[in-house]
Amino acid sequence: MDELINDFIAETRDMLQALAGAIVAWEAAPQDRARLDEIFRFVHTVKGNCGFFELPRLERLSHAAEGALADVRAGTRTADTRLVNAVLAVIDRIGELVLALESGESLASEDDEQLIAALAREEAAPAAQPEAAAVPEAEARKSVRSIRLSVDLLDRMMNGVSDAVLARNELARRLRDAPRDVAVEAAFERVSACIAEIRDGITRTRMQRIDSLFAGLPRMVRDLSAELGKQVRLQADGGDVELDREMIEMIRDPLTHIVRNSIDHGIESPDERLAAGKPKAGILKVSARQAGNQILIEVADDGRGIDGEALVRNARAAGLISAEQAEKLTPSQRTALVFAPGLSTAGEVTAISGRGVGMDVVRANIERIGGVVDVDSKASQGVRLCIRVPLTLTIIPALTVSAGGQVFAIPRSAIDEILRIGGGAVRFDRVGEAEVAMVRGRRMPAIGLESLLGVEAALPREEQKIILLKPAGGDVYALIVDSVHDHEELVVKPAAPAVMAAGLYAGTTLADDGRPILLLDPSGMAKQAGIRFDEGEIDRALLAQADESEAQDRISTLLLFRMLDGTRRAVPVTAVERIEDVAVESIAFSAGRLRVALGGRILPLAGCEAAPGTEKLRVLRLTDGESEIAYGFAEVIDIRSFVLDLQPAAAPGEVAGAFLVDGAQVELLDPYWLFAAHADGAADEGAPPVCALPVGDPWIDNMLRPLIESLGYRIARAGDCADVVIALEGDEIGAETGEVVRLRSQPEAGAGGDASIYRYDRAGLIGALSRARGRADG
Amino acid sequence: MADLLLIASLAGRRIAFPAADVEAVVELEGLTPAPGAAAHVAGLSALRSRVLTVIDGLASLEFGRSGEKAGLHQAIIVPSGGHTYALLVDEVEDVVEAAGAPSPVNAPLGAGWERVAIGMVEAESELFLLIDPHRLIAGPAARAA
Repeated sequence: MDELINDFIAETRDMLQALAGAIVAWEAAPQDRARLDEIFRFVHTVKGNCGFFELPRLERLSHAAEGALADVRAGTRTADTRLVNAVLAVIDRIGELVLALESGESLASEDDEQLIAALAREEAAPAAQPEAAAVPEAEARKSVRSIRLSVDLLDRMMNGVSDAVLARNELARRLRDAPRDVAVEAAFERVSACIAEIRDGITRTRMQRIDSLFAGLPRMVRDLSAELGKQVRLQADGGDVELDREMIEMIRDPLTHIVRNSIDHGIESPDERLAAGKPKAGILKVSARQAGNQILIEVADDGRGIDGEALVRNARAAGLISAEQAEKLTPSQRTALVFAPGLSTAGEVTAISGRGVGMDVVRANIERIGGVVDVDSKASQGVRLCIRVPLTLTIIPALTVSAGGQVFAIPRSAIDEILRIGGGAVRFDRVGEAEVAMVRGRRMPAIGLESLLGVEAALPREEQKIILLKPAGGDVYALIVDSVHDHEELVVKPAAPAVMAAGLYAGTTLADDGRPILLLDPSGMAKQAGIRFDEGEIDRALLAQADESEAQDRISTLLLFRMLDGTRRAVPVTAVERIEDVAVESIAFSAGRLRVALGGRILPLAGCEAAPGTEKLRVLRLTDGESEIAYGFAEVIDIRSFVLDLQPAAAPGEVAGAFLVDGAQVELLDPYWLFAAHADGAADEGAPPVCALPVGDPWIDNMLRPLIESLGYRIARAGDCADVVIALEGDEIGAETGEVVRLRSQPEAGAGGDASIYRYDRAGLIGALSRARGRADG
Repeated sequence: MADLLLIASLAGRRIAFPAADVEAVVELEGLTPAPGAAAHVAGLSALRSRVLTVIDGLASLEFGRSGEKAGLHQAIIVPSGGHTYALLVDEVEDVVEAAGAPSPVNAPLGAGWERVAIGMVEAESELFLLIDPHRLIAGPAARAA
């Protein structure tokens, strides 16, 4: 019996945890039938179990809640705030009782009656309602059972299994040397498969989706904001990032604290927010993602921000900094004072986050697990706190490579692309001692892994591979390795300080054969190799690159796809937001055109005349940065870079022109035309001014044209009389045209002091256009 | 009551480690270099699915590096600061009982030994230099601290 009770307790607790999100969602949308059913199933299950265990109090509570919810399900009662609160109170009490049951304590029962009375209808006591549609028991019991295990035990199991793997490998070697025996080999295969499976299972037991950390947030946010009379909308994102259990536990308290702080101090009361011109409800965004060798957890609110002045005042008052130091603080240093012990900007002590204790403890806790916490605050726009914890102790997908005969691992998340050097796609130039790689018209610093490590390359350059790495917070660089082996999922552990001192590694891990492998740290390598990612430099480099040569400008990366009718078409990848499959039911001819419902929005659908006969339609979501349209197609063929030799279409339309791919014609979509024709609100009344552009220049087509059109110009077709003409350096302009705006490709004006405008000088260009138009009109 | 000592030889001297600091004595199989790591780190190895950071005792004393030895390395396993280390020594001899508490050495030991020595200790009527394995692990860089 005891065992059964324990099962019941564990199961109820699991269900409660899983339910936390549903309760809050239900409160926000009481009409949400799915949530209602979920909650109903919970109380129903609890009631059923209690009857079995003779737990009268739990049974009475759950019975009362079930009755009230059944009324709602039957449609004889609406879920108003009062009812929702009463149900929540009952569910909370159930949680408390279960906890008490577990610890063997007793809990005062007098206010059970109150809770039950609160569930009653205002006008009359709830009529005994026959149980609404019986819920299948199996469904109600679907929640996973769990037990508690110490991480130590898991570690021991993990070590044991890893040893088993090593022993298996040893045995495999011996077997290879011994005379063949089919029966022995078959038995060995079986053992091998079992060990692999156990290992996988044990590895997973240590990992937990960060969801489990986020699951408690909706309820906490709800309770806190109710208590403080604020309105807060929580957006949680990235719950599928996996983290070591232990790590999750270590982050739980700091994260809770940060969220509390945001609601208490950051987000203003509804009145204040309205006065500040913000929506009544504050937004709290919590997101997690893996970035390079770190897990990034970000908490952002759109509240009042941290008062840096007040922090400095307080820090001065507390004697933490001198007046002189206070003078010199940069804004970000001021904000960072929030982590100083004993400081707070809270005007008064509140019950929620107290005063003065907190952020310093948060930082200490994060730093203890090798993490970093950053804060970024904009007055009256909000605060963004970013927790970065190392991926050590986490399983990460990695690529194994070798250099100088030794194997290393690189986190997959930092890898952009892997290329062969011999393929002609890559060119190397030596600039002084540095190497610069040119990959498809893009220049980037190149690092030889072997020279970084001070070992001999095993292969000549032509036979090596290059990996384009994009470290978190840096720009792409090329890493040259001897060979690329395999994708593996590795359990990474911290390396000893004397090894980490190299600044190249993120941790160590064991390969399948038991050898240790060092995990390379992409940003550390860039730093050790002396690659500078000064932002200004990057911008200048990009600009210089954009101007560098005609040939580079003409390279476009295009997505090739097949239309429903089999035609091959292409679209610049920059215009594609994403590719999605939509159910044909979500496609409808509404409000005068074909539209598709996608992710809660309705987008105009182009590319097909009607919903296809198939079950699903694949669509490209094209974006111009503001509006989106969907473009139906059959399948993706490839993504490739081309030096475009476009034969322009006879008349402007969906297709800008045709070009050759592998000897076959492909039509290039004209995203600009598509948006002009399809995007909502793009139709402009009245005759727009006409602007003539140079023909056949991809920079003009891809970049300038959308800008000009967004300014309300119509692009001149052949034979049109243009109001304004845009010309590039050296273009000959006929005498009969309108006002001319000439663009140059260098930032500096030519020696002649001409009136041309640098092609990326947006403001200058817009100004010149409006001046030119003024002259043309006058 | 009497402390146990692990007697080993390093750089041609017979030395003692407090046995309480030592987890095991093993023969290491295979050594993965860790390029760029501190000079006294010989590389990484694995023991029962744990990654070991292998410390070259000779290099830690700044007496040069142990030559490349083929095959097995005899090493002393010492957990320190949350990591597990393998100390490479010339030879591990025996575990003996100390005859008394360690006493300070009042003669110059030489720079390398000075940094890692706890004192001298008598066992089985011989005098040994008692070495702190943690200081040996920390290596020359820790001197400044």
